[in-house]
Amino acid sequence: MTFPHFLFYLFAFFAVGAALMVITRRNPVHSALFLVLVFFNVAGLWMLAEAEFLALALVLVYVGAVMVLFLFVIMMLDIDLAALRAGFVRNLPVGILVAVIMLVEMVLVLGPAHFGLSVYAAPEPAPADYDNTAALGLSLFTEHLYALEVAAVILLVAMIAAIGLTLRKRPDTRRQVVSRQHMVKKKDRLRVIKMAPEEK
Amino acid sequence: MISLSEYLVLGALLFVISVAGIFINRKNLLILLMCIELMLLAVNINFVAFSHFLGDVTGQVFVFFVLTVAAAEAAIGLAILIVLFRSRRSINVDDLDTLKG
Repeated sequence: MTFPHFLFYLFAFFAVGAALMVITRRNPVHSALFLVLVFFNVAGLWMLAEAEFLALALVLVYVGAVMVLFLFVIMMLDIDLAALRAGFVRNLPVGILVAVIMLVEMVLVLGPAHFGLSVYAAPEPAPADYDNTAALGLSLFTEHLYALEVAAVILLVAMIAAIGLTLRKRPDTRRQVVSRQHMVKKKDRLRVIKMAPEEK
Repeated sequence: MISLSEYLVLGALLFVISVAGIFINRKNLLILLMCIELMLLAVNINFVAFSHFLGDVTGQVFVFFVLTVAAAEAAIGLAILIVLFRSRRSINVDDLDTLKG
């Protein structure tokens, strides 16, 4: 077994183990942290497959942004964990049955007979001056430019939708209205009163 | 050498684990969202593996777009979750029966 092969099985073992922990932990915070571990190990696997940019993007975007968002939401919500776990044992046999059937079917198709090294030979390692980021960027900004712009619009819409959904105006908070402050004239605020001088 | 089928079987394994997770955590909306993220990741492993073995960078470009859509989906899903929790004080799927579905 070569060293990359050993690394593959190391990353794969921890990814699968952490994925199992994600779906079985009682506490959603633990689930989210194990999901972070899955993402890290899969990023290692993508490094082995010479997809360096995506491996780094996975760590930055997923671990850095999406999972932190998950953790924020979990900690903001005050969840009754006992009620959420009620059907766990009852649904376990069905879940395992479906999972095993799907896995057997997929392994029959994806096994070494159809996708082994004899069918798809391992590619030559990329030369030292190969730049994955440049190759990806070249494809992205020439062939797939339109799709990239659509993706940008999707992200913008998602941002506006998330803000629009969660923004709420409380009637009891006092907030500053800058336009009304600017429109105030001297006569609105200041009153000059004429009164007779008092005698000593 | 690492073969293509090893990558594909790993992707299948992660996908199957997340399907099982959806079955056994049917009540907790947060874990359901995490399982969907895990599913998308399993699919992305297949894309990256095929891109590596066929020597075509387009597979990685597609992973890029899947990551984009998954991030947008997570953001909107969590926003809906927060709005839901504000109005119902619960994220239990069994409590969400207003539509009588």
